[in-house]
Amino acid sequence: MRIKGKVWKFGDNIDTDVIIPARYLNTTDPEELAKHCMEDADPEFSKKVKKGDIIVAGKNFGCGSSREHAPIAIKGCGISCVIAESFARIFYRNAFNTGLLILECPEAVKNTQEGDELEIYPEEGKIVNLTKGEEYYTKPLPEFMKKILDAGGLIPYVMQNYKD
Amino acid sequence: MKKRPMTLAEKILSLKSGKGSVEPGELIEVPVDLTLANDITGPLAIKVFEKTGVKKVFDPEKIALVMDHFTPNKDIKSAEQVKLCREFAKKFGIKHYYEGGASGIEHALLPELGLVGPWDVVIGADSHTCTYGALGAFATGVGSTDLAAAWITGKTWFKVPETIKFVYYGKLKPWVSGKDLILYTIGDIGVDGALYKAMEFSGEAIKNLSMAERMTMSNMAIEAGAKVGLMEVDRKTRCYLRGRYKKEIKPLKADKGAKYLEVREYDVSKIDPVVAMPHLPSNVKPVKELPRIYIDQVVIGSCTNGRLEDLKVAAQVLKGRKVNPNVRCIIIPATPRVYQEALKKGYLRIFVEAGAIISPPTCGPCLGGHMGILAKGERAIATTNRNFVGRMGHPESEVYLASPAVAAASAVLGYIATPEELGL
Repeated sequence: MRIKGKVWKFGDNIDTDVIIPARYLNTTDPEELAKHCMEDADPEFSKKVKKGDIIVAGKNFGCGSSREHAPIAIKGCGISCVIAESFARIFYRNAFNTGLLILECPEAVKNTQEGDELEIYPEEGKIVNLTKGEEYYTKPLPEFMKKILDAGGLIPYVMQNYKD
Repeated sequence: MKKRPMTLAEKILSLKSGKGSVEPGELIEVPVDLTLANDITGPLAIKVFEKTGVKKVFDPEKIALVMDHFTPNKDIKSAEQVKLCREFAKKFGIKHYYEGGASGIEHALLPELGLVGPWDVVIGADSHTCTYGALGAFATGVGSTDLAAAWITGKTWFKVPETIKFVYYGKLKPWVSGKDLILYTIGDIGVDGALYKAMEFSGEAIKNLSMAERMTMSNMAIEAGAKVGLMEVDRKTRCYLRGRYKKEIKPLKADKGAKYLEVREYDVSKIDPVVAMPHLPSNVKPVKELPRIYIDQVVIGSCTNGRLEDLKVAAQVLKGRKVNPNVRCIIIPATPRVYQEALKKGYLRIFVEAGAIISPPTCGPCLGGHMGILAKGERAIATTNRNFVGRMGHPESEVYLASPAVAAASAVLGYIATPEELGL
């Protein structure tokens, strides 16, 4: 798998109310949620994002609510991957469970700027900054999370062993 | 073989995983004693569950669906979401489905109904599920998919967290409460200060807190990024649980010599009433150091501070006084029982006579749902748990977090203040 996209940069503690404000949580429709992604940080965000683009943010990305609508909205508006210094724990689980690729890589966060073009090789944990000609390496994925990814998400993983 | 001394989180997970002993960092699978969702996260979990084609839930008595966030249904879409949950509850025989006059804010309602207690493992599709740590439950928030998976298997997975111990000693100053202690703590360690960790709250000052204040503290563990906010079971816990919790009330105490990542101590006699300034719960300052900050709205309620003890403090401050004419003061009893008790004890009369608005039990304005949304440039002080950008309404509005005492005093004065400024 290889991902290529332009960077949208955000700061520390991007919370779930910014990712998808609660006023839009009266629906579970991914398309509808995607329209309001990051709205309170940048009202035009969902319009500006192109398919495959990448969010790069600081520490504690996704803090706050348990709403799975947050990774759904991010994925829904075309974002292919979120790279952050660290993730809030419920968001971390939710991203894996809903199939949004997330990577912890403080080095990439430090060295990339908005508009940089990145190429990501998730299996190798490699991020190439095409604009700057640099390479960064992510923390390796925990074994269990790999299993969930390989199964295609938590539900397929659970269903592998389910007997009625 | 002598067992390794363990923290509260390690003890519960050791027993529940059936492993006898667990180490931080270890990945384990544990059966869940209760799972919960609300009218926002429930529909998503239901859709995920139904897509699998599984014909029954693991245990209809271990699922709670509490309609509380946008209820009474604020619009057609919200009504549809509740309808979906109602139909699912009927179809699968979900025992603990709450709606309408039977419903209240989930994290006040479920403990009150005796559905959570010590040694229970609880996952909830709501981040404030950690509230039940005050009752000795390993309780944490998850997403809707994690919840749906547990509805299928009756189990969930955890990475055993490292524990940070917080010891509170000394005597509280007047008008300082559990809310001030937890805000102070988050101010100290930051909004990711306990990321992925278990918080363990202990010390004589915790023992002296009411169960309501203890739940306030555990409730906000997530605001420091924590997985759980645990407390030992003591006489007060047992008193609270007796008569409501149906299972055996087993003792729960951390072992002497348990290994903590860190131990932080606080002399509570040095802590003043505080507020968390916009837009992070860690942005904490003592009220006495603030300039005059005028407010448009006060909210007293939520899963953090909507219990009877919270309304009692608000009533003490508002009794015989009037809400400032520039302020809308919204008071939200968290559950029908809190509402009834507040009625019996005369608190509601005090609120109405003071010019406050009494809302039915709902999360409502806390998350900018309804029942008190802020316009551009407006400012609120609230006893809720989050003050992120746009949390209570317009992205350019502001929320200050505080205790019921500070919120009520501010309602009278029209600016952020402690009850001492009212001569109390």
